[in-house]
Amino acid sequence: MNSVTVPQTPASGSPLRRFSNLLYRRPNLYLSLLLVPPLLWFGAIYLGSLLTLLWQGFYTFDDFTMAVTPDLTLANFTALFQPSNFDIILRTLSMAIVVSIASAIVAFPIAYYMARYTSGKTKAFFYIAVMMPMWASYIVKAYAWTLLLAKGGVAQWFVQHLGLEPVLQLVLGIPGVGGSTLSTSHLGRFMVFVYIWLPFMILPIQASLERLPPSLLQASADLGAKPRQTFMQVILPLSIPGIAAGSIFTFSLTLGDFIVPQLVGPPGYFIGSMVYAQQGAIGNMPMAAAFTLVPIVLIAIYLSIVKRLGAFDAL
Amino acid sequence: MTLAVQFSNVSRQFGEVKAVDRVSIDIQDGEFFSLLGPSGSGKTTCLRLIAGFEQPSTGSIRIHGAEAAGLPPYQRDVNTVFQDYALFPHMNVLDNVAYGLKVKGVGKSERQKRAEEALDMVALGGYGERKPVQLSGGQRQRVALARALVNRPRVLLLDEPLGALDLKLREQMQGELKKLQRQLGITFIFVTHDQTEALSMSDRVAVFNKGRIEQVDAPRHLYMKPATTFVAEFVGTSNVIRGDLARQLSGNPQPFSIRPEHVRFAEGPLASHEIEVSGLLHDIQYQGSATRYELKLENGQTLNISQANVQWLDVSKQHQTGQRISARWAREAMIPLHDNVVGGA
Repeated sequence: MNSVTVPQTPASGSPLRRFSNLLYRRPNLYLSLLLVPPLLWFGAIYLGSLLTLLWQGFYTFDDFTMAVTPDLTLANFTALFQPSNFDIILRTLSMAIVVSIASAIVAFPIAYYMARYTSGKTKAFFYIAVMMPMWASYIVKAYAWTLLLAKGGVAQWFVQHLGLEPVLQLVLGIPGVGGSTLSTSHLGRFMVFVYIWLPFMILPIQASLERLPPSLLQASADLGAKPRQTFMQVILPLSIPGIAAGSIFTFSLTLGDFIVPQLVGPPGYFIGSMVYAQQGAIGNMPMAAAFTLVPIVLIAIYLSIVKRLGAFDAL
Repeated sequence: MTLAVQFSNVSRQFGEVKAVDRVSIDIQDGEFFSLLGPSGSGKTTCLRLIAGFEQPSTGSIRIHGAEAAGLPPYQRDVNTVFQDYALFPHMNVLDNVAYGLKVKGVGKSERQKRAEEALDMVALGGYGERKPVQLSGGQRQRVALARALVNRPRVLLLDEPLGALDLKLREQMQGELKKLQRQLGITFIFVTHDQTEALSMSDRVAVFNKGRIEQVDAPRHLYMKPATTFVAEFVGTSNVIRGDLARQLSGNPQPFSIRPEHVRFAEGPLASHEIEVSGLLHDIQYQGSATRYELKLENGQTLNISQANVQWLDVSKQHQTGQRISARWAREAMIPLHDNVVGGA
């Protein structure tokens, strides 16, 4: 038999080689080298500053001197339940819910078409078309919408030419929905929110539908299900994780937004614009901190509801 | 006798490619019928045409006498067992099986009862509460079978259902499927690329090649009397001899096939009905129940010889590669092949 000489691995090589050998023998060291920097950043800078901010919610704000003193109190958090503040929370929360539902309804057909009927270049076109609005500045888009929806704007022009002005006036007359014009109505604000967050809803739904094997749909039809039944029994339940993921975006982004509520819609604060006003114009950092806690709590509640509905079971 | 499924001149074209090309088949009611062929031969497309997932480009498909072309899958009295099983991951086993009854509006207690019966039939009673991911491949296979059979279809389509199972389980399922088919008396149409599977289970087999049918026959005939070179080589192994050698050996230029197990090593005087060739023993493969020898003939062609390993044969007379050797076969074992035959029945 021929003897084959195996080249011996040199015990010592270049320092780089020795270092990589060390990492290979010590996988834990390797992992900690990878994870410690981002965890430090996340833990110290991100979570640390958030907790510091929330801690300031317990500080006392003197209305007369406008001074913040570190005397701990629950007054700021109880103040959240005063009618004027609680209104802000309710207004923001209901908008977030309605925007999430509407985004899901609008996004689903687009996502379904992308996942089931496009491939290659058409699919790439749809990806770009969905994501391109996100390349433009968000403030510019919100401003553009104020013009589109303004009195004498493009939206009104279309409504006039379609002869639907009475319908528009009727809708704008509904309390809680309407306003004097489209751009100062709740409806207008809702439309802008849905427009801006739509890509965040389309992409997760599309991804969940993409994972659906075609044979499942064929099996459903084969077993006698009409297309509507296949949709209700197979497609929709299996796309729930995608809808849930998308709604987490739309819900939390709406809760925290402070620009769209300032530019479009009737006067009145949202949680985000309230934080902005308290912290900036008024200098009441403790109250701003207390308001900051609201979306965090709401999103935590929302996630637990979504989880209880089993949306993450298929992940 | 009524026909379960009848294809008349059916073609299915995908762009330039003819996946199914002028196929005509008559499948009898209650028959175990296999569509056998290599991948891309059109057998699966034929199955999908029956199920309604594809529509024929031309031709007519009748299911129990009624024209099916144009009907969607949910209006056909056939059910399919899918290659990947296609179980609904968000439903438990019982709901999967009861699905077909649910969408047809069968009441809850009735469909529960029938689904449980179907699960019992495939020996999965008591598994109803489990999710498909908690089952093994063989168990998923049985759930898929129960889910199709619970609807009491008159025709059951099986798309390579055993392909993902290991050999032992596959052989066991072959036996069970065959038993189930006999017991239920419904038509099974079975797609496979595995010729032993097709031969052992089917009443009749259609051999597909390039979108066309080469031969439709009972397994025994298919093996003993293959009509074309393709069938001879695809079903079992064959020595196809053509050209000058064919003329020299049979006195006829028509190609013929000789099965390896019909060739034996020369011993004693040559009988009048026998044909003898000689060559160099090129390779010997021990296969357990048999040994396969490769003989290189003078014209360069390889002749495969298969000899059963029988205990009482003299093992001391083992052959060596490189050895010059003569082999012979009976004239009647030669099967003339007709390559100009075009498919269809």
